[in-house]
Amino acid sequence: VNPIVSRGWLPWPALAIIVAVAALAPLYTSDFWLNVILTKALWLGVAAASLIFLAAYGGMVSLAQVGLYGVAGMTYANLVLADGGSSAAWNPWLAVLAALIMATIVGLGFGWVAARSEGIYFLMITLAFSVLVYYFFSQVTQLSGFGGVNNLDLPGILGDPESDPTPRYFVTLVVAVAVFVVLRGLATRTAFGLGLQGVRDEPARMRALGFDVTLHRLLAFALAAFVAGIAGVLSVWYNRRITPGSINLEQTINILIIAVIGGLYRLEGAWIGALAYVLIDNYSREWVPDVGNVLGSARFNTIIGLVFLIIVLISPAGLIGIWEKLRERLRGGRRRGGGTPTTAGPEGGPAPGTVN
Amino acid sequence: MPDTVDSSSGGDVQHAGDASARVTTGDAVAAPEAAATRSRWTPQRIAYTVVLVVVVVFLITKAADDLRQFVIVTLNGITLASLYFVVASGFTLIFGLMRVVNMAHGSLYLLGGYLALKMQEAWFKEDTGLGISLSGATDAEYGFVGWFIPLIAATICIGFIGVAMQQVFLRWNQGQDLRQALITIALSVIFADQMLAAFGGISKDIAAPSAWPTSVLLPGDVRFGFFRGVIVLGSALLIGLLLFLVIKRTRFGKIVRAGVDDRDMVSALGINVNLVFAGAFFIGALLAGFGGVLGGTMISLAPGQDTAFLLNSLIVVIIGGRGSLGGAAIGALLLGLVDAYADVYLVIGGTDLTNYSILVTFALLVGVLAVRPLGLFGRPA
Repeated sequence: VNPIVSRGWLPWPALAIIVAVAALAPLYTSDFWLNVILTKALWLGVAAASLIFLAAYGGMVSLAQVGLYGVAGMTYANLVLADGGSSAAWNPWLAVLAALIMATIVGLGFGWVAARSEGIYFLMITLAFSVLVYYFFSQVTQLSGFGGVNNLDLPGILGDPESDPTPRYFVTLVVAVAVFVVLRGLATRTAFGLGLQGVRDEPARMRALGFDVTLHRLLAFALAAFVAGIAGVLSVWYNRRITPGSINLEQTINILIIAVIGGLYRLEGAWIGALAYVLIDNYSREWVPDVGNVLGSARFNTIIGLVFLIIVLISPAGLIGIWEKLRERLRGGRRRGGGTPTTAGPEGGPAPGTVN
Repeated sequence: MPDTVDSSSGGDVQHAGDASARVTTGDAVAAPEAAATRSRWTPQRIAYTVVLVVVVVFLITKAADDLRQFVIVTLNGITLASLYFVVASGFTLIFGLMRVVNMAHGSLYLLGGYLALKMQEAWFKEDTGLGISLSGATDAEYGFVGWFIPLIAATICIGFIGVAMQQVFLRWNQGQDLRQALITIALSVIFADQMLAAFGGISKDIAAPSAWPTSVLLPGDVRFGFFRGVIVLGSALLIGLLLFLVIKRTRFGKIVRAGVDDRDMVSALGINVNLVFAGAFFIGALLAGFGGVLGGTMISLAPGQDTAFLLNSLIVVIIGGRGSLGGAAIGALLLGLVDAYADVYLVIGGTDLTNYSILVTFALLVGVLAVRPLGLFGRPA
């Protein structure tokens, strides 16, 4: 059985504590940690959140998110002062605006095509889109430069991240928290979000009730594209450069891996997965033994692939799924309404809430 | 032919245990649109006709300009399409029958090529005493056997690797299509990294038998690569025919088609469905490996080719429709021709737009999906 959509809800106090701990991070961590671990995990989490939002509330596993954030990143990179690309020397904030609009427009276009298919077909089509975006930018060197677009101009609010990464960390943190709160609120508290969840569970019935199923999917996709655009801007702020290689299939899969490790069915899984991913990325080289050519410090992809494989095999709902299972067991089978598997729907159809 | 492999199940919803017991809205979405496109001259249809006419006229003017070049470019497209077809037919077979989107299909392709290369170097490389060439292996000469044995051995190896993959990772979670896709993605990540470790990052190619001519002379003084034009094209035609016969005419094919419709019923009849599915996975992986050896001889083997061929297979199957051999053939042909033409002819006026050729591929994909969300020959699951 496919994993059940979790109805778990990260309580506000818990969120407040997490945000407070994160906000105080500059006091107790090194610049390296702040920059390479936390800032990176936060923006990767935003990218993964756009994927999880679609998967958890729309039942659509989209692999186009990296392509979309690449569009935003490339737009920003080409509009601000930079080495390579068209370097139009716009005001960075205007470039951010343009990048987000561009990502949303491209997302609307992709969504218009993809939203009518579903399930595994949707996954294939969006994967094709993402890879096509990559090929586009690697072919069109007028936009991507020959060695990527480097030394991007940043908005003044970020200061000079090389000497002091703290302002960039705070900006990324604020954006990530805003993305989380807004996406969650939209998906669970608005008519649109509830309609979207209805479309996920029972498209045929929703259609019979007069909802425009395709439109719901399309709007959700565009919204996720906007969030992916935010991730794209954050990523180029973080890297200060963008190359076609940074938005290739490998990165597409990395974002998927992050989402799956965290848990495809809970929004907060995005940041849990991102943190886990970044930690593995940075520290696996130290503790993984060298086994000939097969395993070792140079074989990071093998390790992340194995972690991904193990997670998918034992807990398709990711780390959050493992956590929820443990909690359930600790409570001695005293099942609560949320998070418990629902039984098969009528006509022996799928259980409501299964994501195919 | 669209219904060859995919005699699938409008009745999925009836068997609850079945994999694909999901309320699909594919029908409901597709039906009104299909009806709309069938009803005479909608604006959409007019637009498509206009685009088609423009493309054909454009190609005719290009052909009139330089017929020889046009013939060569077309042949390039067709031979590329042959390779795409060989690889994608395996993908669509597995996808159509088992609903498994094998994201490691590109990895199997590349691994097939690398295995054949290793076998060729290990078993058939002889010291000719002329070891003066600096570039090494590729200049060694091989007889027909030195190409054919690695082809067969590597292909069969990949078939078994595919079966092992299916038995270990996919057999016990039949029907969870998303999970299976994720598992194969994880496998493809591991495969890609291990192949990089084992075979390096440098582009290599498999040597064709040196006795074969490098090119053939076609009427009109057109020279075209012998391997591309004869071997690859011939293999694709042969494989297409064989697959068609196997699926349509043999007992195995019948069981396969029945198994797709109702696995429980077929196994109740005393047929070992799991064996049949393993067999189908064997053939699907086999085709990827075979394509890998052909591609490794025709183009080259390098990291990234796995992605390229996964993408090609995806596009072919998205265009052609799930599980349809005919669809795969037409999808491959469209993709191959579009690739070939866009790479050469995308020069409008004096401006060279060949950089943007990927957009044409994208347009093809979008164009097909806009009219037929399930592909040209796709039917609702």
